Amino acid sequence: MAATVTTTAVTTGKTWDGGNEPMGASYGKMMMWFFIVSDALTFSGFLAAYGFSRFKFIEIWPIADEVFTHFPFMHGKEAPMYYVALMTFILIFSSVTMVLAVDAGHQLKKTKVAIYMALTIVGGLIFVGSQAWEWKNFIKGEFGAIETKGGAILQFVDAETGKRVALADFAVHLPTEEIQKRKSNGIWFQDAPTRTSYSVAEVAEGFKTHPNVLVRTEIIKDKKKTVLNRAESEKAMESAALVVEGANLTHNEYGHRLFADFFFFITGFHGFHVFSGVIINIIIFLNVLVGTYEKRRSYEMVEKVGLYWHFVDLVWVFVFTFFYLV
Amino acid sequence: MGAHTHESNTKRIWTVFGLLSVITIVEVALGIVKPDFLFMSDLFRLSLLNWIFIILTIVKAYYIMWAFMHLEGEKASLRWSIVAPLVFLIIYLVVILLIEGNYVFDVFHNSQYKWIF
Repeated sequence: MAATVTTTAVTTGKTWDGGNEPMGASYGKMMMWFFIVSDALTFSGFLAAYGFSRFKFIEIWPIADEVFTHFPFMHGKEAPMYYVALMTFILIFSSVTMVLAVDAGHQLKKTKVAIYMALTIVGGLIFVGSQAWEWKNFIKGEFGAIETKGGAILQFVDAETGKRVALADFAVHLPTEEIQKRKSNGIWFQDAPTRTSYSVAEVAEGFKTHPNVLVRTEIIKDKKKTVLNRAESEKAMESAALVVEGANLTHNEYGHRLFADFFFFITGFHGFHVFSGVIINIIIFLNVLVGTYEKRRSYEMVEKVGLYWHFVDLVWVFVFTFFYLV
Repeated sequence: MGAHTHESNTKRIWTVFGLLSVITIVEVALGIVKPDFLFMSDLFRLSLLNWIFIILTIVKAYYIMWAFMHLEGEKASLRWSIVAPLVFLIIYLVVILLIEGNYVFDVFHNSQYKWIF
């Protein structure tokens, strides 16, 4: 570390004469590490809270591979986890290019550092974009569901095939004069819920006329969601209170609302870290281009942002496991 | 750590990348297939499959921290000041919260209370 700029004073051998580097790391690098430690504890807190809520509702927690089944340009095909695996791969690869940039920095190869930094930035942008796409699918929803008065989610399956049925497949359109209330069409407007594609009455009517549609509850038995028989399904439908399409912070067609809350919160917080990482990488990349570190004869700054970038990858590895796999 | 200690590091980087990719592919394959003998048998309220996922994740974390974040080249004192608090605090927090979550589940499950917590 003797070559780094942070070492200003000449050490005379005494502890307090300056130029000392505790634990063999420069000030900036050590502080980056301790920031990472504290940030890692923040993420651990979130994931542990997720675990707490999941254990609290272990019998009714949504099954992740039923939730994340989309892949770009493969409409209607079930592709559980392929996309998120691809995202993981992209982030790991951008970590590789980052560490290659650090490595090139140690050898003071400016062009190489710049190329690898640019690749890292591109990888980060692809990842953030993928996450936005994942959020879009999650918010939009796929099949739609009914929420009961008690807050439970009822989903629908085909009696013969056992496959999920979308609300649009069996709900009917009843004549209605109801419209989406907005500020623009009201004299006195305060608030109105967003209208779903079907009302509860329309779903209930469609359910009556389609005897092959059964209700699937949230309850997990033998690691599978319980499907009710027709009589039980009709009974369950009596307590229908809301039509839920997609997910937001208060309603979630995939199951327990806490699942959606944690999904938005944890992947959002991680996505924000990736976004900040991309911005910081861009700043350092520009500094590399104008030759700031070339003049210093030290690319330690690249190493420091590298640490942050790897940390973001590290967090994703855990988010991936606990949200999508376990 | 001048340039002299960093001559053939790219080889190590690519090896670790290969390792991480293989682990991820294994995880995803297991997650899609979900072999019954792993998925249906439990150990401490967690299926064997989930234990495998968690262990593989920790292996991945180890390689990211040791190879990419270059902890293997740092002094032992720095390594310990980072790893020890994390390991201790995370295990502590997770154990307490999961036991508590399990207890709340039991209360919901075995009593009439539905929204007490």
